[in-house]
This record gives sequence, structure tokens and C-alpha cells, in this order.
Amino acid sequence: MAGRWKNDLNWSDVTPRAEFLNRRQLLAGVGALAVGGIAGPALAKIDAVKTNYGRGLEPNSYEDITSYCNFYEFGTGKDDPSRNAGRMKTMPWSVRIDGLVDKPGNYGIEDIVHGVTMEERIYRFRCVEAWSMVVPWVGFELADLLNRVGVQPSAKYVAFETLLRPSEMPGVGSRVLEWPYREGLRIDEAMNPLTLMATGIYGEELPNQNGAPLRLVVPWKYGFKSIKSIVRITLTDKQPPTSWNMANAREYGFYSNVNPEVDHPRWSQATERRIGGGLFSAREDTLMFNGYGDEVAGLYAGMDLRKNF
Amino acid sequence: MTLAQEINGRLRKAPAWPIYIVFTLPGLWWFYLGATGGLGAEPIKALEHAYGKFALQLLIAGLLVTPLRAYAGVNLLKFRRAIGLMAFFYVLAHLLVWLVLDVQAIDRIWADIVKRPYITVGMMGFALLLPLAVTSNDRVIRRMGGMAWRKLHRLVYPAVILGGLHYVMLVKGWQLEPLIYLAAILTILAVRIRWKQRFLPA
Ligand code: HEM
Repeated sequence: MAGRWKNDLNWSDVTPRAEFLNRRQLLAGVGALAVGGIAGPALAKIDAVKTNYGRGLEPNSYEDITSYCNFYEFGTGKDDPSRNAGRMKTMPWSVRIDGLVDKPGNYGIEDIVHGVTMEERIYRFRCVEAWSMVVPWVGFELADLLNRVGVQPSAKYVAFETLLRPSEMPGVGSRVLEWPYREGLRIDEAMNPLTLMATGIYGEELPNQNGAPLRLVVPWKYGFKSIKSIVRITLTDKQPPTSWNMANAREYGFYSNVNPEVDHPRWSQATERRIGGGLFSAREDTLMFNGYGDEVAGLYAGMDLRKNF
Repeated sequence: MTLAQEINGRLRKAPAWPIYIVFTLPGLWWFYLGATGGLGAEPIKALEHAYGKFALQLLIAGLLVTPLRAYAGVNLLKFRRAIGLMAFFYVLAHLLVWLVLDVQAIDRIWADIVKRPYITVGMMGFALLLPLAVTSNDRVIRRMGGMAWRKLHRLVYPAVILGGLHYVMLVKGWQLEPLIYLAAILTILAVRIRWKQRFLPA
């Protein structure tokens, strides 16, 4: 439903700007004080249209989604991001959009979310580490944004980059990955209606550890493709380098579609564990394309998914 | 009296059995936390990691006993068996969490052992520790004789190296902590070998 219904929703309209900034600063303080646990912060609400995506799925708790994260810029432990990401300043925020586009430039986050249709979509989220969640995202289709900046016909891929600000990111001191974090999609994947630019979860703006203020969500791919805290989007005619693929091409392919038949060299991808089931939770079968085959299988018709993993 | 002598004096009368109790408590506590939501959103991995990490730390502690005596004069020999056995029990608990709570399917277990190098390496470490645990009591030592027993127990060196290697292999990307563990293990073993060459007749 890209662009079908325009509203005047504006990032800074959600809460009066001054109060909004105040809250942000307060939050940083709360984050520093909160010992052991998430102190249910008062993040700004986002008005979003309910959709049928994910109807019938039971979302994970806010606590699970915001406390169990991979965001290596803030440390490699699952709880590091929720402890350390409060330091990241997400105001002001701009995204450089460049490459093969008609209207390149630095776009403020306010411009980017201005006039887009914010939707709530409940998606399955499958990590390459064989765990999964169900997340009620708030966001808009990436296609909306790309259409607004005008994709040139020669563009074949979209490349994304995460913020790299060492003073606010304790994890980038170690060279786990080559920073900044990079991801990419083929243009048809980027234009697919499932592909979301998320700005929130549970009807509120994203907490930093989940990739504030703007992140990608590609629900049929392993979670690391859904790059967080995006500061750059580049349209290109060449397949862009992507972080995990650069780190270990044998283990992490460019496509990284969820596929129960193609194992990670170090573990099976046939099953997954849904987070939130406790110490005695059973494994579940992993679904091809994470259950989104009807929507996306056509993108890969004729491709050998064992080779293009 | 030097510090080392004082420590030795104080420990002379201390029994070794409290080690079994003291080192069992954290394992029970972690399990309790895991079962009651205290280990975060994914308690199975958290418990698996806690047991694996503690097992590795105990194995390293066991390796330190001899160099501590050689270089610092502190004699903890009396406690080494308890430390070693506790290390073994944590490896066993680690393995059981993996089997029962993590992997869950019998057919997957063998597949994982042969197909996934870090599991293969961990399993080899466990296999080497098994005969050491079984022979860690006075009766067996007497029957085997000191020489044969000491020879057998050199298996702990490759076992610890395998444990450290297993840790390096299983993390995503290049992370520092497992490399530090492996480096510590290799350093301790290098020191021990040098010490042996210097002080023991071949
Ligand atoms: C000498 C024996 C072993 C030692 C010292 C050891 C130690 C460790 C350590 C330190 C970790 C990482 C903990 C962390 O990240 O905090 C780990 C993880 C793990 N170990 Fe072991 N381990 C041993 C044997 C085994 C065996 C026999 C198995 C199973 C057959 C096994 C399966 C695993 C698994 C599945 C993980 C977690 C991997 C993941 O995060 O996905 N280990 N082990």
C-alpha cells in the first residue's frame, strides 16, 4: 500500500519538539541510572495505520525485543546494546542519499518521515543464530522513500550504512567487523512491498538498541540484513560489499534469505527457538523465506539458493 | 614468614571437600535464575554459556596449581582434584544443557557432532576429560600407580586447548575474549613445559 494514503505525520509533530528533546535527554539519564533491566522509557508515540500483516501472530514482549539484541557497535553481548545504546544521539539525524538517484542529498529524518504512510506491521524476525521473535514494527515502505528520491534506471542495488560514531559506540573499538556496518539489497528486493523502513515498535519510536531512529526490516532474510540506525543510502549498479559477507563470505552470503535447507557451516538452520519461551521451550521448524514465500519466492525464480545463500 | 608460607600454613589444615559445595552453588543458582526468568530473554543459551565459561575457568585454575607452587611457592596441590572434578562436572552440565534443552532432537546430536567443527572440538575435549574424571579417586590411583596416572592425566593439556579452541571457533566474527582465554591457556602450558625441562630429570 505504498503511498496510497498520505498523512501529514511528521516526526517532530508527534510530540512538541522541545518536550521531545527534553524527553530524549531525560532518557539518557534514566538509561544510565537503570540498573539491571529496561525501565520502560516514555518514548514518543507514533500514529500508525493497522494492517493485516502478521494477523494471528503473537508478538514478543516489549521487554524481549528491547533487551535481546545484536548491535555490535555497542558490544557483542545480547544485553550490551540495551545497556550502552542510550549514549547514541539520534537528534538531529540525517541520511545521505546518493548514487544513482535523481534527487541526492542529506535528508533530515523529519523530511524522510514527512508525508509517508506509517503502518504497523507484525513480522516474524529470524536471526541467523537460529532464534526468532515476532515484532510489531511501525514504519513505511522503503519503496516510498526510493520513489521520492527518484531511482535511475541504471540502479541495480541499494547500499546502506549504519552510523559510526566511536565516542558513542563502545563496541567499535574492537574490530569484530569492519566499520561502518554495511548492508545491501537488490533493487527488486528493496522495492518489494514487504521491505520496511522502521521507525518504531509497539506504536512508539524505536529505542536506540533496536536501531533508532531509522532501520531497515527485511522479514524474509536473516536479521543482520535489517541494518540499524541508517545514515546513508546509496543506489548503485554493482553489488555492494556487506559487513558479514566481508567478514566471512563462506558463512554469510549477500542474499541471506531464511532457508531451512541451507545450513550455516557451524549450525543447522532447520529449526529455530522462539525467544520468550523460557528454559524449557521447544524448537520450531524454520519456514522457507521465513514464511514469506508467497510474497518473495518469485524474486529468486531460477536461482540456485544453495549457491546464492 | 613469607606470604606464600603463611598461605600454605593456613591451608594445611583446610579440607578440600568445601570446594565441591562452593563450586556447585553457582551452577544451581544459574539454573534457578534460568528457570525463573533471571537469565534474560534466552535462558537456554545463557545457561549453556555460563556452564561452558565456568568449566573453562576451572580447567585453567587447575592448570595454575603447579606453576603457582613452582614460581610463588603456594601449594594448592591438595585442592587440585576437586577443582579438576568440578571442571569436569561443569563440562558435563554444559553438554547436558546442549543435549536436552538446546538441540532437543536425538538425530540432530550426531549430525552436529560430525558436521560442526566447534562441536567436534568440544566433544573431543569432553572425551579426553572423561577418563581423567573416572580415575580421580584414591583407589584407582593406587591401582594404576603414580607414574601411569600422571601420564594419563597429561591428557588435560590437549583437553584444555580443545576447550579454548572451541570457544574461539564458536563466536561470530573476531572477538577478543575467547582469544584471551586461548592465549592464557597456551601461555600457562608453555610456562609449565619450560619449568619441567628445567627442574625435572627427563
Ligand atoms: C572441554 C570441554 C568444553 C569447554 C571448556 C567448553 C567451553 C565453552 C565456552 C567457554 C563456551 C562459550 C561461552 C560464552 O560464550 O560465554 C561454550 C559454548 C558452547 N559449547 Fe562448549 N565447551 C566444552 C565442550 C562442549 C561440548 C562437549 C559441547 C557439545 C557437544 C559443547 C557445546 C557448546 C555450545 C553449543 C556452545 C554455545 C554455542 C552458541 O553460542 O551457539 N561444548 N563452550
